[in-house]
Amino acid sequence: MSKVLDRHLIFRHRDIENIQNIDTYIKDDGYSALKKALKEMKPVDVTNEVKSAGLRGRGGAGFPAGVKWSFIPKDIFPKYVVVNADESEPGTFKDREIMEKNPHLLLEGIALCAYAVGASASYIYGRGEFLSTFRPLQQAIDDAYKHGFLGENILGSGFSLDIRLHLGAGAYICGEETALLNSLEGLMGQPRNRPPFPAVAGLYAKPTVINNVETLSGVPYIILNGIDAYRKYGTDRSPGTKIFSLSGRVNRPGNYELPLGTPLRHLVEECGGGVIDGKQVKGILPSGAASSIMGGDKLDTHLDYESMVEAGSMLGSGSVIILDETINGVWAAKKNIDFFRHESCGKCSPCREGTHWLKSVYTKIVDGHGTKQDVDMLGTIIGQMEGNCFCPLGEFVVPGVRTSLGLYMDEYLEMVAGNEEASQPQKDLIHTFF
Amino acid sequence: MWSEKERQELDKILEKYPPDRKMSAVLPALYVVQRRKNYLTDDDIKDVAEALDVTVTHVHSVIGFYTLFRKEPTGKYMVQVCTDLPCALRGAEDFYHRLCERMEIGSHGGTTDDDLFTVEGVVCIAACDKAPCMQINLEFFESLTDDQIDEVIKRLRQGESLTAVAANY
Ligand code: FES
Repeated sequence: MSKVLDRHLIFRHRDIENIQNIDTYIKDDGYSALKKALKEMKPVDVTNEVKSAGLRGRGGAGFPAGVKWSFIPKDIFPKYVVVNADESEPGTFKDREIMEKNPHLLLEGIALCAYAVGASASYIYGRGEFLSTFRPLQQAIDDAYKHGFLGENILGSGFSLDIRLHLGAGAYICGEETALLNSLEGLMGQPRNRPPFPAVAGLYAKPTVINNVETLSGVPYIILNGIDAYRKYGTDRSPGTKIFSLSGRVNRPGNYELPLGTPLRHLVEECGGGVIDGKQVKGILPSGAASSIMGGDKLDTHLDYESMVEAGSMLGSGSVIILDETINGVWAAKKNIDFFRHESCGKCSPCREGTHWLKSVYTKIVDGHGTKQDVDMLGTIIGQMEGNCFCPLGEFVVPGVRTSLGLYMDEYLEMVAGNEEASQPQKDLIHTFF
Repeated sequence: MWSEKERQELDKILEKYPPDRKMSAVLPALYVVQRRKNYLTDDDIKDVAEALDVTVTHVHSVIGFYTLFRKEPTGKYMVQVCTDLPCALRGAEDFYHRLCERMEIGSHGGTTDDDLFTVEGVVCIAACDKAPCMQINLEFFESLTDDQIDEVIKRLRQGESLTAVAANY
């Protein structure tokens, strides 16, 4: 366990064996937050508490959870809580661990959220690949019903809630919340126009809160222990703890729960045991494939929402991928482009065509046939995508390419050195397209 | 045609959604019928469309959109090895190519001659700290050596159940 955290707030299973078992969970104060809320708090108090604690969305956008909940209209029924468990960003594997190892924490968080906004139905939308992850989760749901924490008239409070699991079928875009809603309704998982926002017209056109697994799992601690206890962790504007999924060229990849504001260096060196073979960090992708890449000199940046933006990147979902000096920067960028090309949903042309062209040009360069003109072309393509895509997925493509060009231009130029400029510009690429 | 058992499963699925929102069950229903042959035939698709009061065209569009539905026959076991960036940084691409070669399907995936295994490279499956990792019919196999995966394949070839094998990894 990391030195800076004496008690895990979310990864309780790392402190207490068998916490996926409901009796063990209850012994560790499990469902006490729900009991407290139902007995002593009005729904609006729960929302206000989460707001004041400063819990921000852990799925990537960092939007304050309590504020999101307060957008839900009071007088329209039914309302829904939809849990985004479509964990698909390359480098992200934290929600899976929560659902497999500490599932009741998530269920309790959902119940608190549902109580706060007045919802009586909730769906957990998991990616199709989570078939086996949903087994312990379903078990936990069944046990929670048996103990009266879910179902009709929970603990005699008059509040009722059903939680149901729904599996997607393999589409990264369904992590975008309106695409997720379409998918849950049985449509292709393409994003919707906004407005209307899901808070007003979400699932089945009813008011809907959509939160990430980790976000909701942070709620019980706040309700049980109060705002001050929560704010002991993290920074003033980024309170609490966050789970970082550390992957790539480190000795001990894995999930680490740390207070927000912890230096990146601590995550990489203390938690991750440093870089393999003692090599230098060459690049850091702090939020998965969608990252603005940071150079190895940025290791002293603090892992909170504000500091990461100041350092030219973002905290996102906290999926920290480490590149070391043995890795070619162009190849790494191409791998991410392959991913985005594969996952572009095809709805809007800037993303559909942009990712196609990026993949073609990157392949040409990495295969050793690229020219300087092709390198310039990469910049042109992202320039045409930026600000023009229908949803965030397309926009996610831009920063990685831009920062890769900025940091590793030497390698790009080395790869194309000696290749002639095409006399008829891009003719070979046009061939690949038609 | 829905078998009695499938029909019961479908009824349980439909209970999850409001009665006038049967279309929500399209993905779960497709999983049920895809189990019949490991891929979807026109009849399977029609079954889903009829049961959920949606058009066959709609079901086709959904199938085309998601990667876990297939309209072509595959091996009995879908072996999906992650070769995305975080795993590739830990040698997953080479691992994948070596596996394909040992299974004699060329180095870029395909189906074995006995139709038991289809091997393919896939994007991130949320196990990036445990590369090389893969799913076999959606069961996770993580932090594998070449020898370990060979052992897994051998046991499946000998007819052991996937759940039994998966429990060891
Ligand atoms: S990149 Fe392979 S599991 Fe995430």
